[in-house]
Amino acid sequence: MKLELKDVAKRVGAEMHIHETNLVLEPGEFNVLLGATNAGKTTLMKLMAGLDTPTSGSVLFGGVDVTKTPPQKRSISFVHQFFINYPHLSVRDNIISPLKLSKMSDAEINKRLESTVDLLRLGPMLDRKPHELSGGQQQRCALARALIKDSTAVFLDEPLANLDYKLREELRAELPAIFADRGSIVVYATSEPAEALMLGGHTAALNEGHIAQFGATSDVYRTPINQTAAEVFSDPPLNTTSVKKFDGRIHVNETLSWPAEGVAKSMQDGNYTLAVRPHFVSPTGHGDSAVELSGRIQVTELSGSESVAHFSMGSGTWVSQANGLHPFKVGEHHHFYLDSSKCFYFDSHGQAVR
Amino acid sequence: MKLKSLAPILYIIFLMLPIYWLLSMSFKTTNEILSGFSFFPQEWTLENYAVIFNDPTWYWGYINSTTYVLINTVISLCVALPAAYAFSRYRFMGDKHLFFWLLTNRMAPPAVFALPFFQLYSAVGLFDTHIAVALAHCLFNIPLAVWILEGFMKSIPKELDETAYVDGYSFPRFFVTIFMPNIKAGIGVAAFFCFMFSWVELLLAKTLTSIDAKPIAATMTKTASSAGYELGLLAAAGCLTIIPGAIVVYFVRNHIAKGFAMGRV
Repeated sequence: MKLELKDVAKRVGAEMHIHETNLVLEPGEFNVLLGATNAGKTTLMKLMAGLDTPTSGSVLFGGVDVTKTPPQKRSISFVHQFFINYPHLSVRDNIISPLKLSKMSDAEINKRLESTVDLLRLGPMLDRKPHELSGGQQQRCALARALIKDSTAVFLDEPLANLDYKLREELRAELPAIFADRGSIVVYATSEPAEALMLGGHTAALNEGHIAQFGATSDVYRTPINQTAAEVFSDPPLNTTSVKKFDGRIHVNETLSWPAEGVAKSMQDGNYTLAVRPHFVSPTGHGDSAVELSGRIQVTELSGSESVAHFSMGSGTWVSQANGLHPFKVGEHHHFYLDSSKCFYFDSHGQAVR
Repeated sequence: MKLKSLAPILYIIFLMLPIYWLLSMSFKTTNEILSGFSFFPQEWTLENYAVIFNDPTWYWGYINSTTYVLINTVISLCVALPAAYAFSRYRFMGDKHLFFWLLTNRMAPPAVFALPFFQLYSAVGLFDTHIAVALAHCLFNIPLAVWILEGFMKSIPKELDETAYVDGYSFPRFFVTIFMPNIKAGIGVAAFFCFMFSWVELLLAKTLTSIDAKPIAATMTKTASSAGYELGLLAAAGCLTIIPGAIVVYFVRNHIAKGFAMGRV
């Protein structure tokens, strides 16, 4: 059963929380809703799940209009960002509570409980209360309750955001495997582009209540159709500057220009916005397409395997992200090399040139 | 160390003295009470208690009081639970004003409402019934219960409600089997305060009753005027009146501490 949103919009007071949205989610797909805080991820999910009703438009489940159907009567599961379990029930009762309500036979309940518990490694905790578990275990308990129902659609609202780093890595690696071969629609909200890339599937880039782009995750990442989608799907933030194209060259200012390449070659002369991901701006140059930039280092972040430098470029600030450790000094001028073949160009309406 | 513990000990003695005096009086004969000053009963007697347990005008006072207090507690909670849920979960027009207005009912002295209630209940034939007193006490107990419960309910995330709906719980089922167990401390505290305020309230209870539903507090004051000074008997009645409150406090003492910690009560 596929899940369809038709012109779904949500207005609260005078504010549009979700602008008219059309979306079709296919069964068996892992879908990521990617967007910053307040982009409308949770609202959109609640509209899909029936926990909130749209101001206009309709939600269809397998072709049937369920806009007015309460969540109790839809075959859905929902996992919240905060670990929500029934505090007064044991882990076992928490997990089987949706099945108890559906009047399933005890044998079937036990069978499902066993396989779900195995999958989420909750075996030894069944008789404890949720507050006696660690954060990761509590969230696994919530996941188990969502999985045991075998729902048509499973909604995961930033399920890993409140876990510490190690647990997040662990659970994130498990998630796609857990949902594989279930045939249910999975919708996963996250604010981290890296997480969307790791989870794969399809991604909807969400910004201020608009879906900027929806498609296969790698497509959305590699070929954003507009500037918003590119910005949503970039961490550290995208580098942008306005450029002019004429004489077959891209001009940033009087002194900085380079020959147009790729899509830029065939685009008409005029004003564009250039955008490039930070890891295509590196402190070491390579290849023919490398364009030398120069800027004063403002902030540097070094992690074990990569260096991030924020430097001033013209009136703005650019970010460079490179593998390895580079000895940047704040305040010093440094050369960076832009890979001109990896640039995105957007017209005055923010649409990508292709 | 001795000096440090002296202050609280003195304070507790100061607090307990009237209760001790009441207790000791209840075991004395009225003659002994009137004849002089003594710390212990010279002549122990259970006569005062015997009178109370054998004279229907006395023990019916307790039965009447307990009846309307329990009715009131049940009504208050049944009304306050959904009301508090609405206040804690939904924003609606005038919700804050309504909440404030509810609380102001608690602040007005009961005397203000005695006359309208008397007139109203007499007109509809509720005068001198338990339900009349119970309903009258709802006026200040429901706002209080709503206020206490709302504080407890607010600490339960709205996501719990949503999770239950997604799991298939209908609203009533969720409310009774999931929500109420999670705020049972709040329900306990609210029940305690309803019980207590209804138990100690005298003016409305006295005004709205004459014989059939006469509360114990009214019996005590009336006996004092009609049958001379039966001080021993009054003291025994006083001791018995303290007991129900003490029992209820004992059961909810931990929850009250929690209620204080949560900024309500």
